[in-house]
Amino acid sequence: MSFFRLDRVAAFGVVAVVIAILPAFLPSYGSFELTYVAAYAIAILGLIILTGKNGQISLGHGAFIAIGGYAVAILATHAGVPYWIGIPAAGIISGLVGIAIGIVALRLEGVYLALATFALAVSVPSLLKRFSGLTGGVGGISLTPIAAPAGVPIDAERWFYYVAWAIAGVLFILTALLLEGRLGRSLRALRDNEIAAISFGVNPHFYKTLAFAWSAAYAGIAGALIAIATAFVSPDSYGFNLSITVLVGAVLGGLESLWGAVLGGLVVEFLPLWAQRINEAAPSVVYGVALVAVMLLMPGGLAGGILRLFRRTRPEASAPGATTHADSSVVAVPVQPVE
Amino acid sequence: MLQRGYDMFNSRRLAAGIAAFVALAFTATAIAPALAEDGVTATEITLGGTDPFSGPASAYGAVGKGSQAYFEYVNDHGGVNGRKIVYKDLDDGYSPPQTVQLTRQLVEQDKVFCIFASLGTATSTAIRPYLNQNKIPQLFVATGASKWAHDAEQFPWTIGWQPDYESEAIIYARNVVKEKPNAKVAIIYQNDDFGQDYVNGFKQGLGSHGNLLVKTASYEVTDPDVSSQIASLKASGADTLLVAATPKFAVQSLVATAQQGWKPQIYLTNVSGSETVMRAATKAGGGPDATNGIISTQYIIDPSDPKWANNPGEKLFKEIMDKYVPGGDTNNAFYLAGMAYAFTMVDVLKSAGRDITRDKAMKAALSLNETDNVFLYPGLKVQTSATNHFPITSEALVRYDNGKWVATGAVIDARSIVKSEK
Amino acid sequence: MQELPQQIVSGLATGSIYASVALALVLIYRSMGVINFAQGEMAMFTTFIAWQLIQLGMPVWAAFGTTIVIAFLGAIALERVVIRPVERASQLTVVIVTLGLLIVFNGLAGFIWGYVIKTFPSPFPTTPITIGGASFNSQDLGIIGVSLASLGLISLFFAKTKVGLAMRAAALYPDQSRVLGIRVSWMLALGWGLAAVVGAISGMMVAPVVFLDPNMMQGIVVYAFAGAVLGGIESPIGAVVGGLVLGVALNLLGTYVEFIGNDLRLPAAFLIIVVVLLVRPAGLFGHVHVRRV
Repeated sequence: MSFFRLDRVAAFGVVAVVIAILPAFLPSYGSFELTYVAAYAIAILGLIILTGKNGQISLGHGAFIAIGGYAVAILATHAGVPYWIGIPAAGIISGLVGIAIGIVALRLEGVYLALATFALAVSVPSLLKRFSGLTGGVGGISLTPIAAPAGVPIDAERWFYYVAWAIAGVLFILTALLLEGRLGRSLRALRDNEIAAISFGVNPHFYKTLAFAWSAAYAGIAGALIAIATAFVSPDSYGFNLSITVLVGAVLGGLESLWGAVLGGLVVEFLPLWAQRINEAAPSVVYGVALVAVMLLMPGGLAGGILRLFRRTRPEASAPGATTHADSSVVAVPVQPVE
Repeated sequence: MLQRGYDMFNSRRLAAGIAAFVALAFTATAIAPALAEDGVTATEITLGGTDPFSGPASAYGAVGKGSQAYFEYVNDHGGVNGRKIVYKDLDDGYSPPQTVQLTRQLVEQDKVFCIFASLGTATSTAIRPYLNQNKIPQLFVATGASKWAHDAEQFPWTIGWQPDYESEAIIYARNVVKEKPNAKVAIIYQNDDFGQDYVNGFKQGLGSHGNLLVKTASYEVTDPDVSSQIASLKASGADTLLVAATPKFAVQSLVATAQQGWKPQIYLTNVSGSETVMRAATKAGGGPDATNGIISTQYIIDPSDPKWANNPGEKLFKEIMDKYVPGGDTNNAFYLAGMAYAFTMVDVLKSAGRDITRDKAMKAALSLNETDNVFLYPGLKVQTSATNHFPITSEALVRYDNGKWVATGAVIDARSIVKSEK
Repeated sequence: MQELPQQIVSGLATGSIYASVALALVLIYRSMGVINFAQGEMAMFTTFIAWQLIQLGMPVWAAFGTTIVIAFLGAIALERVVIRPVERASQLTVVIVTLGLLIVFNGLAGFIWGYVIKTFPSPFPTTPITIGGASFNSQDLGIIGVSLASLGLISLFFAKTKVGLAMRAAALYPDQSRVLGIRVSWMLALGWGLAAVVGAISGMMVAPVVFLDPNMMQGIVVYAFAGAVLGGIESPIGAVVGGLVLGVALNLLGTYVEFIGNDLRLPAAFLIIVVVLLVRPAGLFGHVHVRRV
């Protein structure tokens, strides 16, 4: 099957091996931080599906990360639900909310969708504080810290590292598989030229909503992982910055290729932790400049850049950063939702 | 997808790509041996901390900078027990996941001796279990939440410092009940743990007179102004107003109150009680009427108030700011608060002795009897014991009269009020 | 019920803040068809420049004027360097670039001036005025007045001047405009310059009220977006009216609708944006366009 190309399997295999052996070489806080990388990678994977493969802009995915985090926290503290059920539950709950938002998003395009999701992201802390009976309000909710199951001879941080990366790996393969076939083609067709895709029989409502729900579910799972690792959720964790950060990670990592998720996760996790030792404003400036530079010079992000190293042909002409001829005459017109 | 062969040319590039990835992963996570050290060497002792230097709460970052400046001053004057203090203060952006990761870095990579003055209630709560589990002192948490003392049995390695917000609100409530038993009280408060602590404390302080509180209104830090909230509080017919707001919003509250022609008796949180705030409110509020008669409390000196010009703490503050925070705003009380915290920290290090351990430091922190903290309001002490985890419980009640804070003479210990009723 | 006039008047005062920022948003939208997410941060940044000039001893009005010139030239330079390469790219690209600018300006402001809150002198006197039980401030009147004046000037510019006409043509029909000899690219740069000027003015008017710090615009910008959408994202009149209406509406909702109260204003603004975009995307004053396929 063409899916299991040798170079892909080899790449995945090598990365998997590296991830598997890293904790042996790192102190426990290193594994701890890499756990966050896994979570961010999952969230960014969702954005690659939504924005990279389906062309919908979301500045509000922090909302789904919040829903996932709070879902696992509330289930654990109010209903005693263990984490191994809570994590997929968080994904499902976020996915359901994603369907709702996705349906609304059907009628919005481009900048309007960006604007609406931007407003959503900004409202999240208010909503979390308001329903304080459920969410613990401004004080947040403390979660039971992770512990390795009895009989497993590694510490809690490393155990959870493997859990997070295992989930990330499974989702990664699943995503690649699903995008390979008709689902992926339909999403990309809608991204490149919606009118043409519709005329070919692709149902935009179904696929676009699906993309939203799917990416929301991933963000929810990421949120659950972050909440469990931090052992705490509070409204302050889920401000507008989070949505921006995840999108920045997706763009810098690269929206074209799924590997962008891992690279994006690394950037998002380590840039703030290290750049701020130089100067507290440094991460912002570096992020912003990098973002602009990437869009101008290397729209495929880091992954696109690395992939270009060992691909002879140019990547798909219909990557989001490039122009498409069909649209160039229409781009400057204020694009309102049709009817 | 085209099927592409795996030829020799591609495989070299593939290897290069993977090598790049691996190198990235390894450099991103500094490899270090996992030893347990104390953060204490012959010549240095290293403290760690987190502050919001960026993000929505970044105005509080000045506290951390103030502490840093005081430590540098102490270092230049011989250090503590022959050691210099190194304070690694990192920016967590007020976000608990960041705080957790940074704190672990500080403990496991920078090998800090203890965590000092972590700022923020949510952020400090997030790291509390980890620090206590690993028996690392979480000293003098920089917020006015009361939970550090209330939870001391469960988390014995954590202790606060400043008088807590609940206590302060209790003081105001008692004052109302005493001076004006028929008052109708309204509260404007910031919708976070800071503001809600005041509301809870006030209600607690009213006790059986709970009916005196007629209306509360919250605001978000994302609101441009609070004129709407003030309007609805005024409409409730209240004649007393508690302002539990951070400086920017405190000024706005006072100004809106004056503009709308409302003249309640105002109680103001000491977080916003600086002369800078009062001056701004007086100016924008149309004159002294906007601020006359406001009651607040003080526990540290206010660097923007000229009445403290000859106070030794004020002089030291200015000296330190001049030398170690050039360009820093010498009217900003947050810097001074940071120095006050640091003063107590140095005290703890001193009394724990030259062969200091975490255990000894914690014991020293729980047996404080500090009477010489120059940054505190004269007469106030920092005292702790095995049964008392509130280092500072007394505050001076002050009233703003014609452009000046005037001491009412009352120095009230809020915690003893609470204790005496149990 | 006596509270109602006060809530309305306060709403207009707050709304005037939204209106002034919304005006800048609309200007960029009209010239480029994109929403500049960095608008608030650019306004904040230019306000800091004004503050710095005042600190260096420049008299207040001179500082205002200098800042406006700096804003104009700076924005044009920015457009040439950063926006021009992506002028014709997809909406996603432009959104991300403006987001990048948002982050950069916020970070730079924090880096250069720190995060401690600063006071900013008001160009207007701050005398309270009370009419019919409702109180406000001469400063609020000043903000509304300046917004209306800007609005008037901008409307005149677009309707009556050649350059204004050229800008509108360049935005709507770029290819045809090129054929007619209009330098479309420079029209976009001009649009950015004008938007930055309006933004700088709004920042300098707003800073006395909300105080100056790198995060000062973050709350306002969402409401400004909502006001612009409500009034019509293409219409300068819409921006001002939308901002004012939003200010009043949020106050009334917050006061009289228990569920919303004081803490759900942001979600309310979000809902307004979504509902308007779904039901009447052109807003109150805009025109509906049909997209050519």
